[in-house]
Amino acid sequence: MTTEVSYDEVSDAHDAHDHGDHKPTGFLDRWLFTTNHKDIGTLYLIFSLTMFLVGGAMAMVIRAELFMPGLQLVEPDFFNQMTTMHALIMVFGAVMPAWVGFANWLVPMMIGAPDMALPRMNNWSFWILPFAFTMLLSTLFMDSGGPAAGWTLYPPLVLQTGTSFAFVVFAVHMMGVSSIMGSINIIATIFNMRAPGMRLLRMPMFVWTWLITAFLLIAVMPVLAGAVTMLLTDHFFSTNFFNAAGGGDPVMFQHIFWFFGHPEVYIMILPAFGVISEILPTFSRKPLFGYGSMVYATATIAFLSFIVWAHHMFTVGMPLQGELFFMYATMLISVPTGVKVFNWVSTMWKGSMTFETPMLFAIGFVVLFTIGGLSGLMLAITAADFQYHDTYFVVAHFHYVLVPGAVFALMAATYYWLPKFSGNMYSEKWGKIHFWLSAIFVNVLFFPQHYLGLAGMPRRIPDYSPQFADFNMISSIGGFAFGVTQLIFVGVVWHCVFRSKVKATPGVWEGSRGLEWTLDSPPAYHSFNTPPEVTHNMLSRAD
Amino acid sequence: MKKENTIIVALAVLAAVIAATWLILVAPSMTGNDINMTKGVTQQSVDHYNLHMIVLWICAVIGIAVFTVMFTSIVLHRKSRDHKAAKFNHSTKAEIIWTIIPVLILVAMAVPATTALVRMEDSSGAEMTVKITGFQWRWKYEYLDQDISFISSLNPDSNKARQLGSGIMPESVDNYLLDVDNPLVLPVGRKIKFLITADDVIHSWWVPAFGWKRDAIPGFVNEAWTNIEEPGTYRGQCAELCGKDHGFMPIVVIALAEDEFESWVREQLAGKSQNDQQVTLR
Repeated sequence: MTTEVSYDEVSDAHDAHDHGDHKPTGFLDRWLFTTNHKDIGTLYLIFSLTMFLVGGAMAMVIRAELFMPGLQLVEPDFFNQMTTMHALIMVFGAVMPAWVGFANWLVPMMIGAPDMALPRMNNWSFWILPFAFTMLLSTLFMDSGGPAAGWTLYPPLVLQTGTSFAFVVFAVHMMGVSSIMGSINIIATIFNMRAPGMRLLRMPMFVWTWLITAFLLIAVMPVLAGAVTMLLTDHFFSTNFFNAAGGGDPVMFQHIFWFFGHPEVYIMILPAFGVISEILPTFSRKPLFGYGSMVYATATIAFLSFIVWAHHMFTVGMPLQGELFFMYATMLISVPTGVKVFNWVSTMWKGSMTFETPMLFAIGFVVLFTIGGLSGLMLAITAADFQYHDTYFVVAHFHYVLVPGAVFALMAATYYWLPKFSGNMYSEKWGKIHFWLSAIFVNVLFFPQHYLGLAGMPRRIPDYSPQFADFNMISSIGGFAFGVTQLIFVGVVWHCVFRSKVKATPGVWEGSRGLEWTLDSPPAYHSFNTPPEVTHNMLSRAD
Repeated sequence: MKKENTIIVALAVLAAVIAATWLILVAPSMTGNDINMTKGVTQQSVDHYNLHMIVLWICAVIGIAVFTVMFTSIVLHRKSRDHKAAKFNHSTKAEIIWTIIPVLILVAMAVPATTALVRMEDSSGAEMTVKITGFQWRWKYEYLDQDISFISSLNPDSNKARQLGSGIMPESVDNYLLDVDNPLVLPVGRKIKFLITADDVIHSWWVPAFGWKRDAIPGFVNEAWTNIEEPGTYRGQCAELCGKDHGFMPIVVIALAEDEFESWVREQLAGKSQNDQQVTLR
């Protein structure tokens, strides 16, 4: 048993030399030129919340047009632009930057590092994003309109996009550069800047899941960049990579895209697994069950994510052996994912639970992500997928893992760590209202889409046969309500940061464990200038 | 908390979880809406329906088990009931069990899944061949053995009603968006091979009652087959985003008894020799 260091000693050590820390004073100096991981984390989080609202507004357009049969509001081409942009913005603009934002804030504080390993690159990787998304969004105002071929950008259809296509490709390149730099930074930080005693297998789960996510990003973002570059040259420079008439292969694009695309879905969900593995132990007042198997399950999922891509394209016409391989490999993913869910339930089992807002979102995550995982298992069954594929059943499935999955985990993380970041407590009452309305309406929004898909409604259509009218209307009502509910979230965050009078303690939560909770709330601008001595009771896992 | 109480609570939670499952998986069908995959009219569609139901119920049972344990814990193990947190943090035995059991369930699922897939992909022994070509935004059908070909587009009534601000209620149009000018006419009880391709972008030919969809890809010829068991009219849609009118290129198949189909073929050939290739059904 090592010696204990109390919260006070740690924060006192900082008070002695660290306050009045060299925080830049001018607005531009502070935010545009910042190299501070906390400021950059804040920028990422504000940016992603903005994109979440922009992408959400596009979803509202989609659900409004689908409210009833017949075209009432928008032309089909604009509808397709909305579905395409909604996905690109939510994936690349909302979920991914939000996780990078949390990584920026938390990874250094969780491993006892003073900052990220590469602070200037950190600044650059953030400041690329506003330009990338301004460019992407600007395509909506061009004569040719925005991209309308779906976020999967399948040729030959995507090659029918007008001049805006070049802007879309360049925006995707910039997002990729940003993600790769962010990942390099996270890997460099985790490998080089851990405090003494913070061995790899003592790291918090959030750090572990992000480490693995960063490797996924480095592996697949260049693949996406290559794919979109080939589209670009096919479109503007008469190459024929994907043009069958010129000896190219349109299906090859799908293979390349999904080689990126499947790991990409784990890029969005692995950090969520990490967050849930932090929150459940805190509010169960009990260590995470099966830390070791959680780490190995995450690594296994990451490995499998590279060998299942063709399950997104079973209907393109593959040899039977190929279909069988991708079916079996995909089914296999449910084993490590199941281990995770069972471990979470075991973490709660015989705990001493309380149900503050982060815990509510975490429990909501476990339940609804499991539903999304089970429908994913159904989709893996190749023969049945010949019915499910490209229907609303798929739409329901991936929204279950992304909205009450990744997004709920982001909400949980926000409620859990915002008191640490801001030094103020949020309104528990409004947090709970936000949770319950979100949890109800997300199901009203997405569950009926399972029925629609099974009954035969294809995805990405702006208008439909009246037989699908009832559940589309219910889904739209759920969608509008879910959308409005998120404004409560904005309000709660605003109130917490700028208005709340209730100060947060360093530990914030009764059951919290981990280095970040040994710092003041809010932590000093530069924390852990001297590496902390990592002791048993500071760790979120029990050794 | 005594052990008996845990069991009572667990049973109550189990009942609630089963009720919730019934509420989301069964009850919505009572509204008179279709909420499930069609059984369809071919061996493949029945295979896929059965497979879907097996996997659905396996998933439902797994979900019920997990959520029952979880909510039992949520009811019992809370601080407000003065439950003291236990200290355990792993159990190798439990972790091995819940790795092996899912593997066994998967193996059990993989058996019927493989059988159905092998059966679906076996297009040997076809008695006639129809070539399907997807265009933006209509289908072309060519009966390779009968020398008949025609183009099938969205029915004009639907097309008029679906324009933005048309003022026509979709409900007032018969088979809104699921009707065409020239349906594909096929015989029942005959193994029919489809050669599926496209002329411009990728489309996907899907009639749910037949149990599959298959992408129509320019430069590729995909194979699929069906053997329709019952005469009737079967409707479907393009299932792969193919541009602005993706939602407006339906598929209608009329399945006729063998002799009716033969007389339809004769009518087509006679009509063809008289006027152009413009073909309409009756």
